Amino acid sequence: MRYVEEFRDPKAARALIARIAEVADAIGATKDEPVRIMEICGGHTHAIFRYGLDKLVHEGIEFIHGPGCPVCVLPMARVDECVEIAERPGVIFTTFGDAMRVPGTKGSLMQAKARGADVRMVYSPLDALELARRNPDREVVFFGLGFETTTPSTALTLLQAAREQIPNFSIFCNHITVPPPLKALLDDPWMMLDGFVGPGHVSMVIGVHAYDFIAADYGKPIVVAGFEPLDLLQSVLMVLEQIRYGRAEVENQYARVVPEHGNPISLKAIDEVYEPRPSFEWRGLGEIDASGLRIRPAFAAWDAEEKFGIGYAAGPRHVAEPEGCACGQVMTGRIKPTACPRFGAGCSPETPLGALMVSSEGACAAYWQYGGARVAAE
Amino acid sequence: MCLGIPGRIVAITDEARQMAMADVSGVRREVSVACVVDGPLDALVGEWVLIHVGFAMSRINEDEAARTLDALRELGEAQEALDAMAEGAKSLEGMS
Ligand code: SF4
Repeated sequence: MRYVEEFRDPKAARALIARIAEVADAIGATKDEPVRIMEICGGHTHAIFRYGLDKLVHEGIEFIHGPGCPVCVLPMARVDECVEIAERPGVIFTTFGDAMRVPGTKGSLMQAKARGADVRMVYSPLDALELARRNPDREVVFFGLGFETTTPSTALTLLQAAREQIPNFSIFCNHITVPPPLKALLDDPWMMLDGFVGPGHVSMVIGVHAYDFIAADYGKPIVVAGFEPLDLLQSVLMVLEQIRYGRAEVENQYARVVPEHGNPISLKAIDEVYEPRPSFEWRGLGEIDASGLRIRPAFAAWDAEEKFGIGYAAGPRHVAEPEGCACGQVMTGRIKPTACPRFGAGCSPETPLGALMVSSEGACAAYWQYGGARVAAE
Repeated sequence: MCLGIPGRIVAITDEARQMAMADVSGVRREVSVACVVDGPLDALVGEWVLIHVGFAMSRINEDEAARTLDALRELGEAQEALDAMAEGAKSLEGMS
């Protein structure tokens, strides 16, 4: 496949790893005093483990796995609301497969389905809209989930529903945005990060200037990266080079996909359909100001929160996270997944307790799948 | 759902809804091209795009891809030369 294989070339990878080691030594990074680089995006976390990049690079580089998996940061209350909507008579509840197993206090969507709710996995919100066209006597709800990468797709789907005036389709909007939690992390006095690998696909929509504050206000380097091994290695090298020469800039390693100013059509669709919520709850991080999106009142007819009087439309509420779950600490980089008391002891991909174990983009599942299970067994 | 996959637009299927057929590693799937149009739809046929949840979200910029790969290749070649030099130095040491 074009532009995939080329970015896995072992020769170039070896060269990058050697260069990374050289720069890491030059700036004095060691195992005990590592350079801490946060990869924000869950897709990057997954790729780092899949290719074992954390083991391949110099021991003075530590990857901190950021909050960039939208399934992982979804709070229990929202999962409960999904289940409540799905269990209403006449509803077909559609979702990306990733969200099926996220546990809420009433179980997951998968369990709701087993109990008889009509929950269906779809690949695209367009498939959900098609279901609504074909089932005019049912209420089809799409679970809108994800960062800026998927937000345009639900915005455009809603606009299509509005154009066709499809009355039995609505979106349960849980879209969140990347910059506010990064600011929250950087403001956290516990945070000890030296630089960031920026999310490639979010940036393809919002452009690179959304991160200017990271360099300008916090003095940290950030390199927007692609998802192949060479992309990630090159980005780590670029972060290290910035540190070496005392620079803090926003750089774009993924220019083949990420335009400097993002995608104007996507941005326009997002702005037309959504507006920021005053605040939104993140699993493990709590309420973060202006970090979530809601459907504008003009499109209330396609807003599941309004239609079913649920969620923030019904007033704020909070559900405590499960006992002993350290998802929040893992997500802020304070501890490694294996340090959670529940890792492998009540929490595994088969029976996930916290959301970081549910999605393959969650740090705990990645640890488990690529060697963590071994660690737990030892 | 956040991971995109590269595909190639092979045909426009619905002008009004801005839908096109994409070839993704041999599998065909109808996708929306609403986010990547900047002129006549037909001009998209043959283009490589990155597809997320049924939407072509970005055109893959071939010049930028080539530029990144060139830089990586150069690094690879430079490294080979350095490795060879190191090997050479080692055998010289062994000889002395
Ligand atoms: S092991 Fe389970 S409970 Fe502990 S942090 Fe990971 S997902 Fe959360």
